[in-house]
Amino acid sequence: MRNYFAEALYNEAKQDSKICVVVADISPAGSMQKFREEFPDRFINCGVAEQSMIGIAAGLALKGYRPFCYTIATFTIYRPFEMVRVDLCYQNLPVTIIGMGAGSIYSTLGGTHQSIEDISIASSIPNMQVIAPCDPLEMKEATKWCATKNRGPVYMRLGKVGEPILTQNAIDKFDFGKIRYIEKGTETAILSYGVTTKLAKELHDELKKKGKKNSLISCHTLKPLDIDGVKDILNNHEKIIIVEEHVPHGGLSSRVKEIAQDYKINKDIKSFTLQDKFFHFYGNHNQLLDLHGLSLKKILEKI
Amino acid sequence: MISNININPEFDFEQSKKRCNLYRKRILDISQTVSALHAGGAFSCAEILDVIYYGLMRKKNENEFLDDFILSKGHSSILQYLILNDFGFLSNEDIDLYCKPGGKLGCHPDYGVPGIGASTGSLGHGMGIATGIAQSFKISNSGSIVYVVISDGELQEGSTWESMMMAANLNLDNIVCILDHNGSQSFGSTKETHPKFYPIREKIEGFNWQCFEVDGHSQKEICSVFDQKIEKKPLFIICNTVKGKGISFMENKPIWHYRSPSKEEYKIALKELGYSS
Repeated sequence: MRNYFAEALYNEAKQDSKICVVVADISPAGSMQKFREEFPDRFINCGVAEQSMIGIAAGLALKGYRPFCYTIATFTIYRPFEMVRVDLCYQNLPVTIIGMGAGSIYSTLGGTHQSIEDISIASSIPNMQVIAPCDPLEMKEATKWCATKNRGPVYMRLGKVGEPILTQNAIDKFDFGKIRYIEKGTETAILSYGVTTKLAKELHDELKKKGKKNSLISCHTLKPLDIDGVKDILNNHEKIIIVEEHVPHGGLSSRVKEIAQDYKINKDIKSFTLQDKFFHFYGNHNQLLDLHGLSLKKILEKI
Repeated sequence: MISNININPEFDFEQSKKRCNLYRKRILDISQTVSALHAGGAFSCAEILDVIYYGLMRKKNENEFLDDFILSKGHSSILQYLILNDFGFLSNEDIDLYCKPGGKLGCHPDYGVPGIGASTGSLGHGMGIATGIAQSFKISNSGSIVYVVISDGELQEGSTWESMMMAANLNLDNIVCILDHNGSQSFGSTKETHPKFYPIREKIEGFNWQCFEVDGHSQKEICSVFDQKIEKKPLFIICNTVKGKGISFMENKPIWHYRSPSKEEYKIALKELGYSS
């Protein structure tokens, strides 16, 4: 997904001389190299200095530029958190911070490199908008939106490499701030965002084999969450399943349950999330997700 | 670009001294109506801010400066508000409503208030922001300069050093950082509480900035920096100052970081400044 991001951003930067990239020693290869060569003043590598990365981006934005900060998710939002909060959110500046390899993708690198609470943390800051595209196509659309339409701070949760295309035949187009039906049915609604939308799709396909007409929904915009869209999902389905690569609190699951409570919509909502736990486990990403309970087999056992 | 910095020929040292005296008086006046003021830190950088606004910052037009200023030590905002009031960015009513409901001026400057370059107050943010601003001036080739005033405490923040290293890496010769070195923080004298904070100058030069050290209460000394040969590097000026400068019982007393004077103390202070209460 990161290479699609770099390509999308390079294309936008060719049209708009205000787009800058500020990185902290981590950068997607390929197209980012083109960006760097063609716009050297607009590509700033701060080295391993993430607080500086955010501060410099804020300074650029104060003067009318549209910076994109990029590094591994933990270092894009946790390490410089107070700069994100004050410099970007308090001042409400149009800076997009890309949290690359978010969630538990860096499974072999251990907890230091995993961001399993990022949606909750980013969403809790006033003015912050949060996007987690589910596939490379959605990533392109989200990047385009950040580069052209966005007027405030954005945290964009990004996968790494090898995410499959899921939305080429989606019912809805990408629309910032709206939930997106990839497939539409009436029995069970399966909601996800980001990388685990692939798992949600597998679940959807498995249930389809049993003849069920279910919905598969990409909740790419976590904040502002499409409350009306979620209400419609709750009202128009018999069951709700949420699959998310995030701790149980502060993510999509808790938001959907809040909405159900707020609007007195009594539905069977099952959420499958990461556990509120650090695992000292070193295997591949799917193995770590499975340990948390996020695998097709384990979900099917519980529904 | 920095080699072209010239002090405004109309900048008059005597006038500046009078203005600084008046800032102190006005801050004391305000201290009698609100409690949160940070007078000590404002008094230590009065001359610095006056030189920046009247001697260094160039005007683009009637309502805008060509150069930029970030008060990274945001707790001295009251001083900046008074100067912005003198320049017409803020009204008398704005000043009257300082830290009061219905007003727009708080203890720390907020971006969006006329004349305020960035929201500061949390220490260690200004250097990063100023570095980004300086880079933006390079990209746009505007020829503008960014001035940033930091406190001793901010020089203890890692984030300040991160961005100082970056400003040097980016060869930003359009950033001028002025340290209000009053050597006094909450727990007392920095020399005693953090002896390894010193020497400062060698550390700055080690980060490849050009560094000068002057008396921060002497307009003449601050201005003299710009008469000297300036290298194509970020520029740092250590201004040695006194916290609470101008009022004998406030000078170098940590308690005056935040406290407002009592009625009696206020009267004595005004007298020391040459005003009758």
